[in-house]
Amino acid sequence: MTACALELIGISKRFGLVKANQDISLCVPSGTIHGIIGENGAGKSTLMSIIYGFYQADSGEIRIQGQTVKIHDSKQAIALGIGMVHQHFMLVDEFTALENIMLGAEGGALLHEGEQRVRQRLAELSRLYGLEVPLDIPVNQLAVGVQQRIEILKTLYREARILILDEPTGVLTPQEADDLFKILRTLKADGVTILLITHKLREIMAITDQVSVMRQGQMVAHRETAATSMPELAELMVGRKIRQSVDRHEQTAGQVLLNVRDLTVRDKQGIPRVNQVSLQVAAGEIVGIAGVSGNGQSELLQALAGILPFNEGEINFAGQKLTPQQPVNAARMRELGLAHVPEDRHRMGLVLPFAAYQSSILGYQRVGKYNHGLTLNDPAIRTEYTDRAEQFDIRPRDPFLGSNNFSGGNQQKIVLAREIGADPQLLLVGQPTRGVDIGAIEFIHQHIMDMRNEGKGILLVSVELDEIMTLSDRILVMCGGVITGEVSREQANEQILGLLMANALDPNNQQGHSA
Amino acid sequence: MKAATLNKFLSVFLLPLLNILTAFIFTTILFLVIGIDPWEAAKILVQGAFGYEEGIGYTLYYTTNFIFTGLAVAIAFHAGLFNIGGEGQAYIAGLGVSLVALGLGSFLPPWLLLPLAILAAAAFGAAWAAIPAYLQAYRGSHIVITTIMFNFLAASLMVYLLVNLFSEPGQGMPASRAFPETASLWTWQEFMAAFGIEFAASPLNISLILALVCCVAVWVFLWKTRWGYELRTVGANPEAAIYAGINPKRIVMLAMLLSGALAGFVAVNELLGVQHRLVLGFNTGYGFAGIAVALMGRNHPIGVMLAALLFGALYQGGAELAFEIPSVTRDVVVVIQGLIILFSGALEFMYRAPLQRWLLRFAREA
Amino acid sequence: MQDFWVSLILTLDATLRVSTPLLFAALAGLFSERSGIVDIGLEGKMLVGAFAAATVASVSGSVWLGLLMAIVASVCFALLHGFACITHRGNQVVSGVAINILASGLTVVLGLAWFHQGGSTPALTNDQRFTAITLPFAEQVADVPFIGLLYSELLSGHNILVYLAFALVPLSWWVLYRTRFGLRLRAVGENPKAVDTAGISVASLRYRAVIIAGVLCGFAGAYLATAQNAQFIRDMTAGQGFMALAALIFAKWRPWPILFACLLFGFLDAVAVRLQGVTLPGIGLVPVQLIEALPYLLTVILLAGFIGKANPPKAIGVPYVKER
Repeated sequence: MTACALELIGISKRFGLVKANQDISLCVPSGTIHGIIGENGAGKSTLMSIIYGFYQADSGEIRIQGQTVKIHDSKQAIALGIGMVHQHFMLVDEFTALENIMLGAEGGALLHEGEQRVRQRLAELSRLYGLEVPLDIPVNQLAVGVQQRIEILKTLYREARILILDEPTGVLTPQEADDLFKILRTLKADGVTILLITHKLREIMAITDQVSVMRQGQMVAHRETAATSMPELAELMVGRKIRQSVDRHEQTAGQVLLNVRDLTVRDKQGIPRVNQVSLQVAAGEIVGIAGVSGNGQSELLQALAGILPFNEGEINFAGQKLTPQQPVNAARMRELGLAHVPEDRHRMGLVLPFAAYQSSILGYQRVGKYNHGLTLNDPAIRTEYTDRAEQFDIRPRDPFLGSNNFSGGNQQKIVLAREIGADPQLLLVGQPTRGVDIGAIEFIHQHIMDMRNEGKGILLVSVELDEIMTLSDRILVMCGGVITGEVSREQANEQILGLLMANALDPNNQQGHSA
Repeated sequence: MKAATLNKFLSVFLLPLLNILTAFIFTTILFLVIGIDPWEAAKILVQGAFGYEEGIGYTLYYTTNFIFTGLAVAIAFHAGLFNIGGEGQAYIAGLGVSLVALGLGSFLPPWLLLPLAILAAAAFGAAWAAIPAYLQAYRGSHIVITTIMFNFLAASLMVYLLVNLFSEPGQGMPASRAFPETASLWTWQEFMAAFGIEFAASPLNISLILALVCCVAVWVFLWKTRWGYELRTVGANPEAAIYAGINPKRIVMLAMLLSGALAGFVAVNELLGVQHRLVLGFNTGYGFAGIAVALMGRNHPIGVMLAALLFGALYQGGAELAFEIPSVTRDVVVVIQGLIILFSGALEFMYRAPLQRWLLRFAREA
Repeated sequence: MQDFWVSLILTLDATLRVSTPLLFAALAGLFSERSGIVDIGLEGKMLVGAFAAATVASVSGSVWLGLLMAIVASVCFALLHGFACITHRGNQVVSGVAINILASGLTVVLGLAWFHQGGSTPALTNDQRFTAITLPFAEQVADVPFIGLLYSELLSGHNILVYLAFALVPLSWWVLYRTRFGLRLRAVGENPKAVDTAGISVASLRYRAVIIAGVLCGFAGAYLATAQNAQFIRDMTAGQGFMALAALIFAKWRPWPILFACLLFGFLDAVAVRLQGVTLPGIGLVPVQLIEALPYLLTVILLAGFIGKANPPKAIGVPYVKER
């Protein structure tokens, strides 16, 4: 085995009560491309920030080229030959490429002192690695792919021998991604060690030599890329949980409640996050959307809830036809009978400084029964909350307790109780059991299933395959913003879902599955 | 649970107390520097503010203004906005009051004229706040800068109007002619006399009741109505607000309109209650003091009321101090005000980290 | 014609004098705000600078010692701002308001305690202040038509601080755009995280920026008390700090446009003074207040996006938090 360019031994890091990294060990052999794969929140970015000196590990050891080192800040990391290309570029938008590259390595108190040297060196680097960039145009006028090349040049100009790339293809077009891989191969040929952080299986298979899998803050597997497969990696990433029994009635789906046609949502850069998605949800069924997180599920959910404007297509719901020209807001969607359990309850689902009973009417604050003329009917709200707290076993029961003082599972129950309690026709649910203790998972699942049994429609987005398979009547799989396949409850297994999540099912076969 | 209770104790009680204490320690140092016995000064101050009826009257008269501007800052704060334009909003409200009092004073009976004048104060104050609010919500200009600019614009406009429109020829100070008799609010003396109670003459008038009503109304609005609920949601978590179908732009408008109206009531106290004419700079300092009052009162109406009382006492006591000790002016109070804004506002969290550590250790040992 | 020329020269001459403190303060704001720290405390720092300059000049008799103490006092307030905003990540606007109010009160309280003149300092004699410098040949060429007046009245005959303020514009430009420090300063106001990941300390950069702002406000204050006037008078800044802030915004946070904005605002002020009580044919009495308010009005219109777009430094007002 070759020497490790970078070695981690027992790295742990906590943020408050959250264990972001637990006892992580890793060896990255010199001159290889090493993939680190895991879902959002698996702890990859924290780990890289520790290597780059942005955070300090609580315990553990870092060795560079066999030497034990302490990295207190980015300056030391740079001095040790570590370069990092962040997921969100660390560029000053108004600066030119040259200024961005010089920042922190100016070569003298006056800019002109270093400038010629920088230009010369950059010309060499460009020739060597095919990294052509215009040096004198503000970077905000350059394409994202070019900006990324500037980031790489930044690290190379600082003589980086270990290059970390955090989700480098997230913002790139497929062509730009191919160009990036070409550059990475050239760098590797030149002896640069590369760490590639991603949640995209295809990239791992395409370019890495070895791959390590992270899940929930832990390193769960190391594989030679040649000796593994996308389905295996997908399974390792998502993990398996004990399947619970949920009380499920056999019933046939009723009339179609939600009919989405060719929905497209673009981000600020104009890249489609949801691409021509069509789907239907009928009364009395749970439609699950599986996929590795970051493949457009969040945007789809938010567009349907009336939070995120969409660019193309139409949404038909409750006799209304919604188009990009006639958008609606979340309040109107609720009036039409849609409820929404958001993926991120802290960011959207609750107002953390509010008392629990106040958070329990978020989005429904204008509903008649909560109002008493001009004022909110606090006693009624509290009575209802107390009932629901009983029904959903929210602990502690105290309605006056601040929303931020509940555990994750109980916060989720507050949100779920509110949205289910509104008695909607259609429920959108995102990651219903993320960060929820095991005990509460089954409970939450049963409540979602009860809704279905009562003939309501449910659209469930989850990265937990097990959750999807336990609850769903039909499963749609998303990858890269498109629906890569549909599988019925009976057909579903981890293998086939894993293949669809990686968009790796062969095209002929895939035709047969699409909706 | 335990940590939560401790944290609450820390942020609601201990930290504000420590911050105020720090401000007073620096005040004490200042007194020592200028060669005044701080204990003696404190005694004069308290005696001047609360020691006799007229003093109390003055204290509460100042308190009235501070309640209005303090509430104005607080309500904007709950929507995540920083309104430093209270000064200008109060000034322009004076224009509204004067137009009604001078224009309609001769036709209307007091029971109609006074409510109209009060409404005009609110409307003019709100209108002056509405422009920065609109620019913030729909044109993306920062409300802090625009409200500062609007303070100066208000000052220029009012000087112009006073000199060219309102002032009487041959007067020294630019001021309007006196309001008609019908356009004056009951003084506290008159008000108490209606109950057969004697009260010393002072500028205190029934605007104080309006101020207390405003405290209750703001409390009810913020915590008991759906609009207040939406306003606080926008301030606490704009993303959750959008999730809940609330339009943050409209909330910005609403919050600033209310804020401007509250600041505008300073004109009611000053013009209808005390001056009975439009005078130059009747608003001076109250808008900025409102920031200190709101910060110190933790943006809660009860806190604002208490902080306003403290500032009212400082203003009145400060005047007494200036009278008793010739080498001191009421500017001492301005220093205290600055120190309070510094320690209760900008350095609000200075003690938090060390205290939290200390309390946690204490809790563990106990 | 000659009359008009003379009064134009005199107005422009006044413009230079009025623009000088605006220029110092606006450049102070430039350094602070380009580093990402909002500075609405310009007014307060100028005021303590003015007070310190007048006090020390009158007590020691040295105008230069006065200038030095103006800078020291103003930098102390700047460091207070930095302590609140950089070290404790406090609200930058609140901190600025505190500094303004503190300065307004403290100068009067101390002035009264030390000098017993209603908050003013004793009047300074001419050798305790910055006096006019006559440029070479100014007297000789004074009689040359047009040019002579231009040179002797407009360009010559100002005190050293006026020339310094105008010289600071190219210097600031050079520091911001031609030095390593300037590059880093501009970067930290746009994207502090980029600066941090490049291995540079965000806090130390920002502290240096607020200190520079303190030094420049010290000059502005000294100018007010020991050059333009001959004593400290309570609240003598009279909103000039905010006017400078408006100029900074109007100039979209760039050095050369700041010169233009300060001259424009100064010119409006000079014109307003000259037109006080003047009746113009067709207009009637000139609304002086309107002219005085124009700087603020123009700034608001600019902020509303009607004349171009003011793009403040992106990270302005946001405390830098490294941890998540």
